[in-house]
Amino acid sequence: MAGQMTGAKMLVQALRDQGVDTIFGYPGGAVLPIYDEIFLQNDIRHILVRHEQGAVHAAEGYARSTGKPGVVLVTSGPGATNAVTGLTDALMDSIPIVVLSGQVPTFMIGNDAFQEADTVGITRPCTKHNWLVKETDKLSETIHQAFHVATHGRPGPVLVDIPKDVQFANGTYTPKAKAVTKHYAPKVKGDIADITELAAMIEKAQRPIIYSGGGVINSGLAASQLLRELVDATGFPITSTLMGLGAYPASGKNWLGMLGMHGLYEANLAMHGCDLMINIGARFDDRITGRLDDFSPKSKKAHIDIDASSINKVIHVDLPILGDVGHVLEDLLKIWKSRGRKTNKEALGKWWAKIEDWRAVKCLTYKNSDKIIKPQYALERLEALTKDKDRYICTEVGQHQMWAAQYLGFEDPNRWMTSGGLGTMGYGLPASVGVQVAHPDALVINVAGEASWLMNMQEMGTAIQYRLPVKQFILNNERLGMVRQWQELLHGERYSHSWSESLPDFVKLAEAFGGKGIRCSDPADLDDAIMEMLEYDGPVIFDCLVEKHENCFPMIPSGAPHNEMLMGEADTQDAIGSSGAVLV
Amino acid sequence: MSALRIKKGASKHSAYDLRDPNAGALESHTLACIVDNEAGVLARVIGLFSGRGYNIDSLTVAEVDHEGHKSRITIVTTGTPSVIEQIKAQLGRIVPVHEVHDLTVEGDSVERELALMRVHGTGDKRVEALRLADIFRAQVVDSTLESFVFELTGAPSKIDAFADLMRPLGLGRIARTGVAALSRGV
Repeated sequence: MAGQMTGAKMLVQALRDQGVDTIFGYPGGAVLPIYDEIFLQNDIRHILVRHEQGAVHAAEGYARSTGKPGVVLVTSGPGATNAVTGLTDALMDSIPIVVLSGQVPTFMIGNDAFQEADTVGITRPCTKHNWLVKETDKLSETIHQAFHVATHGRPGPVLVDIPKDVQFANGTYTPKAKAVTKHYAPKVKGDIADITELAAMIEKAQRPIIYSGGGVINSGLAASQLLRELVDATGFPITSTLMGLGAYPASGKNWLGMLGMHGLYEANLAMHGCDLMINIGARFDDRITGRLDDFSPKSKKAHIDIDASSINKVIHVDLPILGDVGHVLEDLLKIWKSRGRKTNKEALGKWWAKIEDWRAVKCLTYKNSDKIIKPQYALERLEALTKDKDRYICTEVGQHQMWAAQYLGFEDPNRWMTSGGLGTMGYGLPASVGVQVAHPDALVINVAGEASWLMNMQEMGTAIQYRLPVKQFILNNERLGMVRQWQELLHGERYSHSWSESLPDFVKLAEAFGGKGIRCSDPADLDDAIMEMLEYDGPVIFDCLVEKHENCFPMIPSGAPHNEMLMGEADTQDAIGSSGAVLV
Repeated sequence: MSALRIKKGASKHSAYDLRDPNAGALESHTLACIVDNEAGVLARVIGLFSGRGYNIDSLTVAEVDHEGHKSRITIVTTGTPSVIEQIKAQLGRIVPVHEVHDLTVEGDSVERELALMRVHGTGDKRVEALRLADIFRAQVVDSTLESFVFELTGAPSKIDAFADLMRPLGLGRIARTGVAALSRGV
């Protein structure tokens, strides 16, 4: 019969239909039929990771740097449970990921079979949606639906759990075009009356600010282009969340830098003092808002978001616009232009003068040293030596991540891969693997801390196996720097378990994996060492020994509003009150 | 930096104390969701409530469209107005949830619940229980010489009132279905 094939073959065919060229995975008993099909074809490249968490983060790196969904294949039981952190990470950061997991045969489900886990039960709260496929006839349609759900509306991770007997059995293949997906169709066009109201607000605003987020990047390249057009045409200042860096270029004249807990002084004060806040694809995360009852107290707030549950969740907004950022910005620009491209230029001039005063504070100034490498200095040099290259940056989580966001400049979207919402240590190395797989000729750097990096260091093996020349730029302070910083500020300088004892020799470690190791501890050698890293054609672990007790500033301490920032060590005394201390 | 000390000296604060103190009083709302009748859909809905810390006061679910594989889930929940709005938005985000209706704000609705109550008693108490059951239009659906099982349908408040009256007369076990609700009119 036409279209009849085994479930395993069907799965590979469905991936082909979806245009998948790469999957990240790890084999095991419950996915052997699928691996057999992968063996028999050459259209889809399989990247063998070293741990399933690494597979999901690599797929995230692939997805974020290409705008296409990332695909993961894992076995049942531990294969699926190891994927949980990656799924949660992708859910928090709205990254489209399709995880295909093997499951014990349908007739053994519920019997505590070998490598059985209730995968759909475990992953229900950490996926956008998931499916257990019990009939081969439904497998291909379910996979098409999974891709549809992962990539439409607010993107996110999905999982399809496939019992082994379903992989072996024959069934009828449903092509992509025939799969029923119409039920899930989130609204993309914003309400025109609301958009017109926003255009009117733009015309009158005296102290406006655009606060953009990851939603702009998720909406696609056109959305970033429209955002740039809006900012440049109105002359409004723009700041962005950690997730939104690159949507507007860091070299753009209206760019204020990142906002939030470790955001720039001028960005946070502009948020605090504005009279019109236009939130484009961000979600008022607690890293952004600080104390809620003192968040931007005098502004009218507009919020463009594709997810209704993000609107009015933490901050009440005056003008919610439900829709896709790209579509809404297109309509907004059209309407605003047709009304005469008006802004309140006089007030805007005064507002910019005020912002320039805040800028003059130069909040990223730090005390450099000629004896020891300051982490900020290391990143300034990395920026200077790499900014003109075809460059992608990943990070782990902690101080180095915030410094990277502060000191590196992102000119384009999809160039910055970092775990924002979940804050997953161990994200950066596998993510860099995924990015390099997607962009084999680009320069891919993972700015890391030594503690985070060790969490998924096994993925160095993946980098070596597939000749992925990822550069692991480790700012090694032998501390869990951000934990240490909070212990200093909050817990009476009692540094409970926040240092890295028994660290490996990273140079030898690199060599043991088959890569190159470089160590640098003298600021005078740093440029040469970075150049050596860039010139080496292969994976490098760069062990950059930095100042051990540097704190990350500026900082809005927990429980504080935007206008009460700590600018440096002198401000830290008793900075966090008891109710701020319970916050994370 | 004294302004940073929001509430000094307290140690039992939850992060949520920092939320808007003017958030408003608790309200009870009856929500009706039309969902695909597929495995796990109820777990998704109740997992949303437990995972995000919302209340479920009552929950009723049954298939209402056999051919279309659709079920209706009726949830009675309490929360501040902003939490209720958030619950509706979060429910609407679940892929197999097709419709979310807030019957409390979408005009008048009827709410009914069915209860079965066993009342033990002999003599005067037994007679009194039967008299009250008649007033409440409860049906006797099972009887022994020492007990009745009453079936009562009505608004939850009516069932509460009947249970209160039966308690001194020998009320034993109660089974309640939870609320089913429909909007009035067309």
